[in-house]
Amino acid sequence: MRTTGQKDNPALQIKPKVPETTSIWQHHHILDVDDFSREEIELVFHTTRAMKEVLSRPIKRVPTLRGKTLITLFYEPSTRTRLSFELAAKNLSADVANLSASASSVAKGESLVDTLSTLQALGADIVVMRHPHSGAPYIVTKYITASIVNAGDGWHAHPTQALLDLYTIQEHKESLKGLKAVIIGDIMHSRVARSNIWGLTTMGIEVTLCCPPTLLPAGLGGEQLPPVNVEPNIELALDGADMVMTLRLQLERQQAGLLPSIREYIQLYQLTEARLARAKPDALVFHPGPVNEGVEISPAVAHGPQSVINEQVTNGVAVRMALLYLLAGSQKQ
Amino acid sequence: MKHLLIQGGRIIDPSQGIDVTGSLLIAEGKILWLGKGEATPPQPDYDVLPAQGLIICPGFIDLHCHLRQPGFEEKETIATGTKAAARGGFTTICCMPNTSPPLDNQTVVEFIKAKSASEGVVRVLPIGCISKGRRGEELAEMGELASAGVIAFSDDGEPMLNSHLMRQALDYSRAFDLPVIDHCEDKTLTAGGQMNEGVISTRLGLRGIPNAAEEIMVARDLALAQLTGGRLHIAHVTTEGSVELIRRAKEKGIKVSAEVTPHHLTLTEERVIGYDTNAKVNPPLRTKRDIKALIQGLNDNTIDIIATDHAPHTEADKLCEFDLAPFGISGLETALGSLMSLVHSGEIDLVALIAKLTQEPAQIIGNKYGGLGTLATGASADVTLFDPNLEWVVEPKAFASKGRNTPLAGERLKGRVMATIFQGNLVYKDDSIKVKAK
Amino acid sequence: MPKKVIMTQEDMRRTLARIAHELIERNEFLENLILVGMHTRGVPLAKRLAANIEGFAGARIPVGTLDISFYRDDLSSLDLQPTVKYTDIPTSVDGKSIVLVDDVLYTGRSIRAAMDALTDLGRPQLIQLAVLVDRGHRELPIRADYVGKNIPSSKHEEIQVKLKETDGVDEVTITPTPGAKEGQ
Repeated sequence: MRTTGQKDNPALQIKPKVPETTSIWQHHHILDVDDFSREEIELVFHTTRAMKEVLSRPIKRVPTLRGKTLITLFYEPSTRTRLSFELAAKNLSADVANLSASASSVAKGESLVDTLSTLQALGADIVVMRHPHSGAPYIVTKYITASIVNAGDGWHAHPTQALLDLYTIQEHKESLKGLKAVIIGDIMHSRVARSNIWGLTTMGIEVTLCCPPTLLPAGLGGEQLPPVNVEPNIELALDGADMVMTLRLQLERQQAGLLPSIREYIQLYQLTEARLARAKPDALVFHPGPVNEGVEISPAVAHGPQSVINEQVTNGVAVRMALLYLLAGSQKQ
Repeated sequence: MKHLLIQGGRIIDPSQGIDVTGSLLIAEGKILWLGKGEATPPQPDYDVLPAQGLIICPGFIDLHCHLRQPGFEEKETIATGTKAAARGGFTTICCMPNTSPPLDNQTVVEFIKAKSASEGVVRVLPIGCISKGRRGEELAEMGELASAGVIAFSDDGEPMLNSHLMRQALDYSRAFDLPVIDHCEDKTLTAGGQMNEGVISTRLGLRGIPNAAEEIMVARDLALAQLTGGRLHIAHVTTEGSVELIRRAKEKGIKVSAEVTPHHLTLTEERVIGYDTNAKVNPPLRTKRDIKALIQGLNDNTIDIIATDHAPHTEADKLCEFDLAPFGISGLETALGSLMSLVHSGEIDLVALIAKLTQEPAQIIGNKYGGLGTLATGASADVTLFDPNLEWVVEPKAFASKGRNTPLAGERLKGRVMATIFQGNLVYKDDSIKVKAK
Repeated sequence: MPKKVIMTQEDMRRTLARIAHELIERNEFLENLILVGMHTRGVPLAKRLAANIEGFAGARIPVGTLDISFYRDDLSSLDLQPTVKYTDIPTSVDGKSIVLVDDVLYTGRSIRAAMDALTDLGRPQLIQLAVLVDRGHRELPIRADYVGKNIPSSKHEEIQVKLKETDGVDEVTITPTPGAKEGQ
């Protein structure tokens, strides 16, 4: 674990290891991790560390985004992610307003593009949006100038989740390159899995996907995707793993005929202590939340010593603060 | 009306096996004379349309397009659709019956014919429904539709899910010697599908439409065609597997014809990257491998014709989340330009291409409406002039079609229609084309 | 570019010794003092001052670092966000006497930002400012308590402080620049 004592605090090392300005940051929007370079991801880590310092103060607030308006637009219910973004923005002194689909005119049939034009006219500088249809944020970027942060679109991407997962790993491991990560669960429908596949492989981590064949997406091994291993047997998949990420199983999948029953899924794919023992002894256990204890993960593992699920949440606020800080700079161009 | 001499172009008419530099004389709506080289017609007086550097060929025939009228006039009307056809070099277009009300009875067919006569600028031939209301439950009154003048039957937009009904359709249609056109899609495999199933759909997080969904229905239809001896026509073939099935069926002598669209011949699923709803089409854009098989299928006549499946939508329709956007590409005005890329790359021969757009579709339509797809003397003067090398940029705002939904916006194409003549009238001409007195 | 050296290594050594003596002289309760270096070059300067004070008075003064990226008021005119560095002050600032240390005092805006940052961290009893170079052209009512050298300069000149720890050499130079380019 990093500490901020004088001796090993990188801040007190005399030669700064990063450039004076964030010229490696290339994003006006944060839509997916697939176009983040390694350097950009490391810049996010670096900025997040500074944000964690802010979060450790009695007054968890800095004036960086003062005067900026951030609006969260959530077409899917989500308390934790929305709160995380809201806190991140407020800690940076931005003005925050929340719009949830049911309360807004979206329910009256106002189209997505119209809603966003209205937000722009109202002065939103940054829009954080979560939407049930893949690709929704991309369409939006064509029509408004505000920065868009994708808080999850359909099955496609959840970039801030992948970045906070990566930040959490690097807090624990000396070096990321060559680590083995296993993702267990409904890969096909998971934006968390997709974004993590991009993020983990960019940082040199080897990824293995473990799930029933009906939940494995098509086209793996194709040029347009990073290389990943596939292993449907959970014991074999977990051998020697450094990190294990379990995904939430949605009950609709069984109803759609993709699984014979939840019971069978639990028997074949639940992450139990016995199964976790096949991974490395210092392997970390991740879950994007909310956790279905007793389904994809046993309560013992979820609350066990190897679980970093709570750290993910804490780091989530810091990572989002870092991203908002970096985005704010891009708006002047 | 004065005679018109189209002078000095390269005349390509596959129906007569002609490929020669020369001139064509048109009078009273018909082809009067064709002369090779420097020959001039015996008639003394005519206007001249100089065609140096241009190809002169029969007007293109589109066996599959959606004109949206009646019922969806905001997307297209017969007036705007035929203007778009003219700009694309099409002098005969066959409109699919998924209108509202659908073309499942004589009254609607008469409406189409009347509208085309009064407001259309090219020939519009109706395709009747296979089933009443396109509901896929009972056969439509094919006899009445045949008498009213439909050139084929189809429930396009929807596949014929019920095999028993498809069998009946193929059987019953034999009495009228008209083809049954099927949109081959197994909907239990495609439910919720947005694009081709593969690496791109996984990357984009969109539900995929697998090749198998088309091939299953193609195989079924071929078996039924064999069983009944009816005339089957497969709409918009898109996969390698489908081409292979059709090839085998033809070898066995099954009465099947097939069509492919310009977009399926030239664009891959990669067009969807970025969530461009203009690339959302059903059946979806596939892979390079499928394209290779489709081109091979055209070249060995497994695939008989090219048809646009012109499917216009309003801008508002397509301006939304990918999942919610309707399927369809507006293709009449970009067809030739995009197809010419295959000629320029040497994958398809120019004369063969023209045959797939003229002589072959004419053969499927038959003689009900006279000799189509030909420049033979006495035939209706339906002529298309195009410049095979002219480069131009696709500007949807300049389309005559109400549908601006094309993935080719801003794209540079090489090959452009310069003038279109329908029944002797110049229904489209580029500004650079000047008709002068002799 | 004709560069003129205004302070040599020896000049700097003597100046920092003098400032350390001034700090000792003016701060009755050295145990209440914290030296806070402003990134980047204020940090090694603060450390040298702490070493000097320990040498002269035997008192070990804690040294912290301060990053003001989040408090700058000129963000709107910059092209990109400055890369953040770390703020790390080893003890609480409440009730303490803070001496901010920086290399060059110019418009005063960085110091204003630093004061905002410090007051967000707690409630210091006293804040003083020590700089190696004061080049004038203040845009805010801010003054340094301890100044190494006053170097009157025009806005068309660039003053550069180089330190062994960050740049491999100790020297202060002044260079005329073509066209006015606003400094910090």
